[in-house]
Amino acid sequence: MSSATAVGRPARLGLPRWAAPAGAAVLFAAAYLVFRDTATLPHNKEAAPFLAVTELREWIDDNRNDNPLFLYFLNYIRLFVGGLYDAFHTVLLALGWPGITGVMGALGWLSGGRWIAALAVGGVSAFGLLGLWESSVDTLALVAVAVLLSLAVGIPLGVWAGLSWRVRRVLTPVLDVMQIMPTFAYLAPLALFFHIGAPAGAIATMIYAIPPAIRITALAISEVSPTAVEASASLGATGRQTLFKVYLPLARSTMALAVNQTIMMALSMVVIANLISAPGLGGDIIRGLSRAQVGIMLPAGVAVVIMAVVLDRMTMALSRRDAHAATSRADLAGAGALAVAGLALIPVLPRVWPENLTVNVVAEVNDAVRWAETNWYPVTTFIKDVTTRALLNPLESLLTSAPWWLVALAVLAAAWRVSGLRPALTALACLLAIALLGLWEHSMMTMSTVAVAVLVTLAIGLLLGVAAARSPRFSAVQRPILDAAQTMPAFVYLLPALALFGTTRFTAIFASVIYAVPPVVRLVEDGIRAVPATVVEAAASAGSTPRQLLWKVQLPMARRAILLAANQGIVMTLAMVVIGGLVGAGALGYDVVLGFSQRTDFGMGFVAGIATVLLGVMLDRITQGADRRSSPRKRKFT
Amino acid sequence: MGDSHSAAITVEGLWKIFGPKAQKVLDSEDRHLDPAALREKTGCTAAVRDVGFEVRPGEVFVVMGLSGSGKSTLVRCLTRLIEPSAGDITIGGENIGRASPARLREIRRHQVSMVFQHFGLLPHRKVIDNVAYGLEIQGTPRAARHERAEEILSLVGLDGHADAYPDQLSGGMQQRVGLARALAVDPQVMLFDEPFSALDPLIRRDMQAEVIRLHREVGKTLVFITHDLSEALKLGERIAIMRAGSIVQLGTAEELVGAPADDYVADFVRDVPRSHVLTLRWLCRSPEPGESLDGPELPVSTVIRDAIAASSASAHPIRVVDGDELAGVVDRVDLLSFLSGQETPVRAGA
Amino acid sequence: MKIRLLAGLLALGLTAMGCGGATVDTSTSSAAPEAGASASGGSAGTVKIAINPWVGYEASANVVAYLLENELNYDVELPEIKEQLAWEGFETGDVDVIIENWGHPDLKKQFIEEKKVAVEAGSTGNKGVIGWYIPKWMADEHPDITDWKNLNKYAELFKTSESGDKGQLLFGDPSYVSNEAALIKNLKLNYKIVTGGSEAALIKGAQQAQAQKKPLLFYFWDPHWLFSQTELVRVNLPPYTEGCDADPKKVACDYPEMDLDKIVSKKFADTGGKAYELVKNFNWTNEDQNAVADDMTNNGMTGEDAAKKWVEANPAKWQAWIPK
Repeated sequence: MSSATAVGRPARLGLPRWAAPAGAAVLFAAAYLVFRDTATLPHNKEAAPFLAVTELREWIDDNRNDNPLFLYFLNYIRLFVGGLYDAFHTVLLALGWPGITGVMGALGWLSGGRWIAALAVGGVSAFGLLGLWESSVDTLALVAVAVLLSLAVGIPLGVWAGLSWRVRRVLTPVLDVMQIMPTFAYLAPLALFFHIGAPAGAIATMIYAIPPAIRITALAISEVSPTAVEASASLGATGRQTLFKVYLPLARSTMALAVNQTIMMALSMVVIANLISAPGLGGDIIRGLSRAQVGIMLPAGVAVVIMAVVLDRMTMALSRRDAHAATSRADLAGAGALAVAGLALIPVLPRVWPENLTVNVVAEVNDAVRWAETNWYPVTTFIKDVTTRALLNPLESLLTSAPWWLVALAVLAAAWRVSGLRPALTALACLLAIALLGLWEHSMMTMSTVAVAVLVTLAIGLLLGVAAARSPRFSAVQRPILDAAQTMPAFVYLLPALALFGTTRFTAIFASVIYAVPPVVRLVEDGIRAVPATVVEAAASAGSTPRQLLWKVQLPMARRAILLAANQGIVMTLAMVVIGGLVGAGALGYDVVLGFSQRTDFGMGFVAGIATVLLGVMLDRITQGADRRSSPRKRKFT
Repeated sequence: MGDSHSAAITVEGLWKIFGPKAQKVLDSEDRHLDPAALREKTGCTAAVRDVGFEVRPGEVFVVMGLSGSGKSTLVRCLTRLIEPSAGDITIGGENIGRASPARLREIRRHQVSMVFQHFGLLPHRKVIDNVAYGLEIQGTPRAARHERAEEILSLVGLDGHADAYPDQLSGGMQQRVGLARALAVDPQVMLFDEPFSALDPLIRRDMQAEVIRLHREVGKTLVFITHDLSEALKLGERIAIMRAGSIVQLGTAEELVGAPADDYVADFVRDVPRSHVLTLRWLCRSPEPGESLDGPELPVSTVIRDAIAASSASAHPIRVVDGDELAGVVDRVDLLSFLSGQETPVRAGA
Repeated sequence: MKIRLLAGLLALGLTAMGCGGATVDTSTSSAAPEAGASASGGSAGTVKIAINPWVGYEASANVVAYLLENELNYDVELPEIKEQLAWEGFETGDVDVIIENWGHPDLKKQFIEEKKVAVEAGSTGNKGVIGWYIPKWMADEHPDITDWKNLNKYAELFKTSESGDKGQLLFGDPSYVSNEAALIKNLKLNYKIVTGGSEAALIKGAQQAQAQKKPLLFYFWDPHWLFSQTELVRVNLPPYTEGCDADPKKVACDYPEMDLDKIVSKKFADTGGKAYELVKNFNWTNEDQNAVADDMTNNGMTGEDAAKKWVEANPAKWQAWIPK
């Protein structure tokens, strides 16, 4: 019945096509009324899969230091990554804040000139100013290790995939699944194999950050002009020579984008990695969460955003750089001066940022939040309660009281209609697996939350996207905001949500809406803009009003982009709703959090991680087919 | 100019079939199906079908055909940039098909080089380093290869552009870089894959002249692929016309225009002003009894167009000689009736 | 620095070549006090005290940290690690000290008896008890509400948008010691656990409930400074008897009063020297802890400031803890 919207949507398109889905909807409604509260699968904390995993974990805990797999393999990886982290951490600590500031500034200068250098220096100083020097250094070291490892593994794999379509074909589905996997899902298995702490955090971050490294590198390699490659081969170059003299140099600027994306992904994961005791800014954020003090979280959140912006601008500058412009002597001198100054000041200045230079805003922010809470309380509570009572609770009770087979049928029907038979079967398989794993009820609850959030996201996204497509001025104002929003790590969105709504399911909905709206807006706007100008001209010359133009020409022609936006929105929303388990979203996300908090619930948390992946694949399959199918006409034949 | 007895390039029974079951198709009778039927039946595409020819040392050999006729595949098969499905290729007496990967690289490095339609320059390298690329991968030291590259650059008329980047040059200049890169390794054979089709007509004409000049100066064996008939006629000593993977006719420009092998070739060359291509050999006849033999003397290889002036300057018929022997005569009436026999006015430039 | 780095890498390589396999505590980030010695000149070592997410715990941790830093010249790290993960931290070297442990007999069995990576370091002097509470006005209005048998009768009062058609039982941080799910099931209560996610959510809920006369049933514990500011009444669950909580799935009785104690890693106990002695000697009253916690929460002090204030006011108490 979650499919009600999906099944109902095409009804608007015309009467003949309207009948079948409506009939199906009536049928489902009738079936629900008859079979309600039968064949439900209520949550049981002692489901067999949970206990099995908990037992496995106990066994691993007992044998971690005896079993050869751990003794000779996994523990070495842990040790290696841990050693790498310690090395980075030690170097960063030794550099101290003058050293780090100088070196970052110099790197910034080399990558993009003095403005980027200024940004880097300012950013690094901000860590100190916010009083978060030590946590920032921890995070920086963790990100450095994770990104380094991601690139060390990801770039060769990406090059290989770019050169061989066979490798690409094997990797693509794996990467697809990795990219719709919510961050939380990575944590439990890693804790199982690599224990907790910085190494486990770095490995989790690395695995999360690796897909763009592979994917964009592969893209960069496959985009290299085939003639240049052929020319090189025709002159008798060996494969190795062609790789190093043609492929890699030509793919360079796109590959800088891979580095950029990898860093961004790593930054959104390092914070969550704190759940398995990885050090860094995540600790401050989780501390704020567990004290319900936005004042503690905000500076840490700001520090992560600053780190993201600085690293983003540095790597973007690198990828945008004019290919032939050699670094000028002035730039070299500037960068050198900065680095030398920084390094020279190491013995003079304290290594840790002096405490009297920090700005402590904890109390002020807490006061502001408290003020907002008191003064906006009636409004926020009203919004929260109305949404929860009118949308969330009914949907949740619908999904949890419907027989499981009816929900499965509805998913199958919706996916089949929107995406075709194969995706529908995949979606059905995922749903059945969820049932077998014993997380049916919690998955249904999470799905209700996601559904409400997606509904709101799409409504806002369409509105803003259409507005931007129709008004260049509005678009110009909105673009930089969207750019900035997309640089921010996911959990940062929890902060305002938490400040306004406390810990409830609605908080997660609010956070996921602001998280998922930017890409949706962008896809919708681009989709409408991509409608050929000649078509728009033709329609306008036929005397269409702007309204008719929108409804009869632009929106139908942007259908694929809009469906893609829906798909993206759903995947992102799910990821955020699961993270929302930290702020009261309950269900699957909370199960994962609980799995790390209570040893007896480890199995449930682990399995909940798997269930979120299955749920993600399912929701993706239900919607993804839509944008891959070329025309509505095709639907009749399937 | 090499040994005139042995051909520079020999190709025999060359096939290239793309698709999952290429070898199976090749072994069956299906290979004789026409391309559309073959694709329908097996999913394979026969790009080159049983092609054979010889290229003489120092010759400019042109392969001409419309797009999709298999000419680009053919030229890539010569150095196995595309692996042929069957057939023998010999370059400089060496069987290419049997060469090991290392030997094949040696051949590509020193004997055969190629110029591409879309230039294939490396945008991250300066012009000089693009030209020196072939030498670089051979392991030539930097100073030596730069010296050689400078020489070649001035040969192709790019003095002073050594330190530019390819995207700072015009299309014609970029192709000169491509040409220089191919020349720099001093190959015996140069392959041109539609090198000028991406250029403007005026620049194309300059570049064609450039190739003719270079051919005169450096005397390489050239295999030139084009879809432009006038280019083929202008450059080619001999021309192979390809259609659907096969060579339909191979001969001099004069043979193609004067005696097309089939309707396809005839249709192709229909618009060519025959007076610009055919020579007096095609027109001359035995002198009629009592006809004056005092007219001007011209060799048989004179293009008809060029004979008009001589004819109009003299009242006597032109004496056409082949060496020292008299091959025949041509008078004004012959010329006029030949010219008037042309169905269309002069269009294609030659 | 370079030498240390090299040495680290070398050690890594040697371990690898030794073929003895690697255990998890072969980590370079070990908590041993000597680890940080070279990084910060003159320090006696680094002590890692896990921070569990309630302010009473933080109060104790901050006072111990203050004394370690200022009296014994140690570096102290206070990583944010929740109860059960902190126990695992003993094994990985991420944690040296848990300064306030609430029971956890299962973890003691596993980490102290079986794995031998942790040892007990004596009582903190604090007595802890967990229970279900309501604001006082509710007990005044409905005197029989404090008996668990009547909770279902009043479930209607406790309904919220989060609990749907059941009564809400507000819970704190997911990592807290909890029998709530079993209690609700085994006592057949028509309630749903709603997780506020933090101590702060519980405090805020309790304060609002009393001030605005809103119904609230919530999980809470003593020692806590809140009792001196807001009047709360405990709901009587079936009384605790020895062993009634042996099987966590079958618990149907109230929480016992616990003697809160300190746990340290075996390594820290063996090599921690004076720092270990101080932790072992640390012992104070519920009032001491509440005073520091109150300063931290309500008087805008950082943990360090609040600890300093207490230390300056109570020299006699802490001087007894300093090893000779």
